[in-house]
Amino acid sequence: MSLLDIENLSISFGGVKAVDSVSFAVEEGSVYAIIGPNGAGKSTIFNLLSRFYEPQTGQLNFSGNDLLELGSKDIARLGIARTFQNLELFEHASVLQNLLVGRHVHNTQSWWRQVLFTGSVVEAELEHRAKVEEVIDFLELAHYRNQIISGLPYGVRKKIELARALCIEPKLLLLDEPSSGLNPEETEEMGFWIEDIRRDLNMTVVLIEHDMSLVAEVSDRVLAIVNGKVAAEGDHAFVQSHPDVVSAYLGDAQ
Amino acid sequence: MLKFIEKSFDMRILFKTNYKQDLNLAKHGGHRFWYGLLIFVLFAAPLILDGYYIGEATRVLIYAMAGLGLMVLTGFTGQASLGHAAFLAIGAYTNAWFLAQGFSSFVALPMAALLSMIGGLLVAIPASRMSGIYLAIATLAFAIIVEDFAGHLTSITGGNRGMMVDAPMLFGYQIWQTWGLYLFVLSVLVAATLAVLNILRSPLGRAMIAVRDSEVSSQALGVNPMKIKVFAFTVSAAITGLAGAFLAHYMLFLTPQIFGILLSIQLLLMIVLGGLGTVHGVFFGAVLIGVLETGISIAKDTLPSSISGLPGIEPFIFGAILISVIAFEPTGIYGRWVKIRSYMEFFPIYKRKSFKRQRAYLKTERLR
Amino acid sequence: MNEFMQLLIIGISQGCIYGLMALGFVMIYKATEMVNFAQGDMMMLGSFVAWTLIMDLGMPFWLGVPATLIIMALFGALVDILIVRRVIGQPQFAVVILTLGLGIIFRAAAGMIWGQVPLTIDSPISGFSSFHGIVIGNERLAIIAVTALLIVILWAYFRYSKWGIAMKAASQNQLAAYYSGIPVRVIISAVWAVAAAISALAGILLAPITLIEPMNGLLGIKAFAAAVIGGFGSMPGAILGGLIVGIIEPFAAAYVPAVKGSMVYIVMLIVLALRPQGLFAQIHRKKL
Repeated sequence: MSLLDIENLSISFGGVKAVDSVSFAVEEGSVYAIIGPNGAGKSTIFNLLSRFYEPQTGQLNFSGNDLLELGSKDIARLGIARTFQNLELFEHASVLQNLLVGRHVHNTQSWWRQVLFTGSVVEAELEHRAKVEEVIDFLELAHYRNQIISGLPYGVRKKIELARALCIEPKLLLLDEPSSGLNPEETEEMGFWIEDIRRDLNMTVVLIEHDMSLVAEVSDRVLAIVNGKVAAEGDHAFVQSHPDVVSAYLGDAQ
Repeated sequence: MLKFIEKSFDMRILFKTNYKQDLNLAKHGGHRFWYGLLIFVLFAAPLILDGYYIGEATRVLIYAMAGLGLMVLTGFTGQASLGHAAFLAIGAYTNAWFLAQGFSSFVALPMAALLSMIGGLLVAIPASRMSGIYLAIATLAFAIIVEDFAGHLTSITGGNRGMMVDAPMLFGYQIWQTWGLYLFVLSVLVAATLAVLNILRSPLGRAMIAVRDSEVSSQALGVNPMKIKVFAFTVSAAITGLAGAFLAHYMLFLTPQIFGILLSIQLLLMIVLGGLGTVHGVFFGAVLIGVLETGISIAKDTLPSSISGLPGIEPFIFGAILISVIAFEPTGIYGRWVKIRSYMEFFPIYKRKSFKRQRAYLKTERLR
Repeated sequence: MNEFMQLLIIGISQGCIYGLMALGFVMIYKATEMVNFAQGDMMMLGSFVAWTLIMDLGMPFWLGVPATLIIMALFGALVDILIVRRVIGQPQFAVVILTLGLGIIFRAAAGMIWGQVPLTIDSPISGFSSFHGIVIGNERLAIIAVTALLIVILWAYFRYSKWGIAMKAASQNQLAAYYSGIPVRVIISAVWAVAAAISALAGILLAPITLIEPMNGLLGIKAFAAAVIGGFGSMPGAILGGLIVGIIEPFAAAYVPAVKGSMVYIVMLIVLALRPQGLFAQIHRKKL
């Protein structure tokens, strides 16, 4: 059974079918890319997975769990983490605090223990800190640890958004346009991170991307979405040469 | 475990050898010394200062407690409240009523906190679904309704004719002395501040900040914004309720008019002036307001009567200071204090530009 | 039945006042996304300025009113230029605090300049009209008529004029508006000017019915309740909200006097509980 199973997913916004009968499956341990022109509905798929929107039809199955029975705050607990295209970091907190929020799903301490800051809370905090530091090491963010987000450059923020998702220790990582706004070196670096995440951290990755070289570099399978519908699915060479995909990106020969 | 070096603001170089050091409230010897000294001085003050100043100090402590409650909700969780005077009212009247029935403060105070908490819960549940300006106005409406009801429940509150307040009663003794009330308020304030500081360094506190800064991504990280908001409302209401209880003792006579909109607004302005989103800001704000009020009454005595006789000069000055602060230093007193400290640390290579505000443009908050 | 109609018309006329204030409030919000908590106090200042011109300096009524509107419009623009501009781009919260502070200053200044003794203006619109056994003061009819006229003018303005559309653009993304060549700052000052004038008008219309005093500014809070009930981004909503609030008051006072002070707010909370964004909501989903 695949890790993530999407069947016949559809949603309309005011008459416009943003996602139209989309089905695909993601195998555990793979890197799965979703490509397509702007406005094709890719981020909407993620938002449906995050349960921010309610689909009109479709099944969402993760590791045997029916996602439609859950609310958006329950998704992380299952082991699904995501980043946002427009970066939703906590602006007025430090990098460390942002990352520590990522540990929220692993919190075991009751509220009154926290108010009293008992020994068990201290132990738990130290553990969380150790885990977060592992992620900081992994993404080389040590330099920025105590800085407040609002002063930091865009490339660093993208890394922090990724780091925060990693702190959840998810099984499935949803990356929304990880390379947008990054220069070629940073994009190449992002490619290495994704590889490392798959290999060293044993996570499954689904990414929405526009940068085809990055897609070619990291992904095992590619899904092309055009106008809300599946246009092609397969390995990247197949999808990128598929006539529907080519015409969506480049227009028809005529 | 990593060893890393950090410079603290008093030019000390900190060698950190474990994460526990980051968890502690006092980060190093200097911190421990100064805060320890501060606490000592505060508790010893009645031995040094005379009754009038202790009374003024008590007033500032009560403001600080009320401000602490509001800061938890507005500064740390991002839920604006224009109606916190309601919790002051609930706390004040509850405390006064239980004392009047003969109970000791060991019953009256917790009941004040409890009833305020219930009020907080009642507001929280609908309020959690609102945001921004709707939330602020809903809290304002709540406060107006509470004030109205306080006027109508004459059997409990004495209505508009007012209600006398007994002194706090502990172990059978009534505490009428000024320094007695002062120490009582101080102890509770210290405990409340520690509780808030603990929350802030725990998962709950971080979740509150997360809800404040980005509710959407906090959900994607597993935070339940509704639960966090309800928690923040109840904690905030409890602390403010206690402040209200002590306010009753300070004023000795309660009328519903005390708890009007203007008090709520003053509370909010106080924490913004002090520095929103910081615990330091609570105390800076309270001290500022206390000093302003005392200072203006002293100044009124010294200024020529043509100026001091003008009705409304105090609110005018208050408003003027407020506007200047927002326009020129929106991070409040604490923000300015941080800049001053940085200046002293980096002297003489301090760059003013490091705190320069980015030219900002309005991004609509209607799409959220 | 007559009593019902009587209360209703009183309520509508009062509602027009609230509606006008809510309108000024919503205009500023639509154009700049700022919540102006000093709106009620601007109304109060307007009535004081009118008093000075008409009663103190002896200007004829029909000259004094437009003069007041012009003065208050300039005042509104100045408030924007000198003070509000400094907080452009800061989170909404800062603006709330700023306008709360402005309200405090306006109230205090009014007390210092005109004193706390309530004042009145002699208006040429006096006397009563009666229809079918209902007696209504003419000032109340004037309020309704003037408000209706103003609504039509403003509707046309926002629908058909370039400036109205420019105002909407500036409210959604200031930076883009700048790049499109819209003189954003001028537009915003214009909005403040118009909103101030509308509030001043409300103050003048109100003067024959209530005495003029600095605390009148707190009527603005009921106007906020009106704007909230109608939904913040909507001008018809503001008027509708105002009417609702205005009608509730006399009926509450007549039939449930115990809660008459809070009735408006209780209704507002009920509306918010059912439709958290007001009756004509204008908040959309953020694109994630």
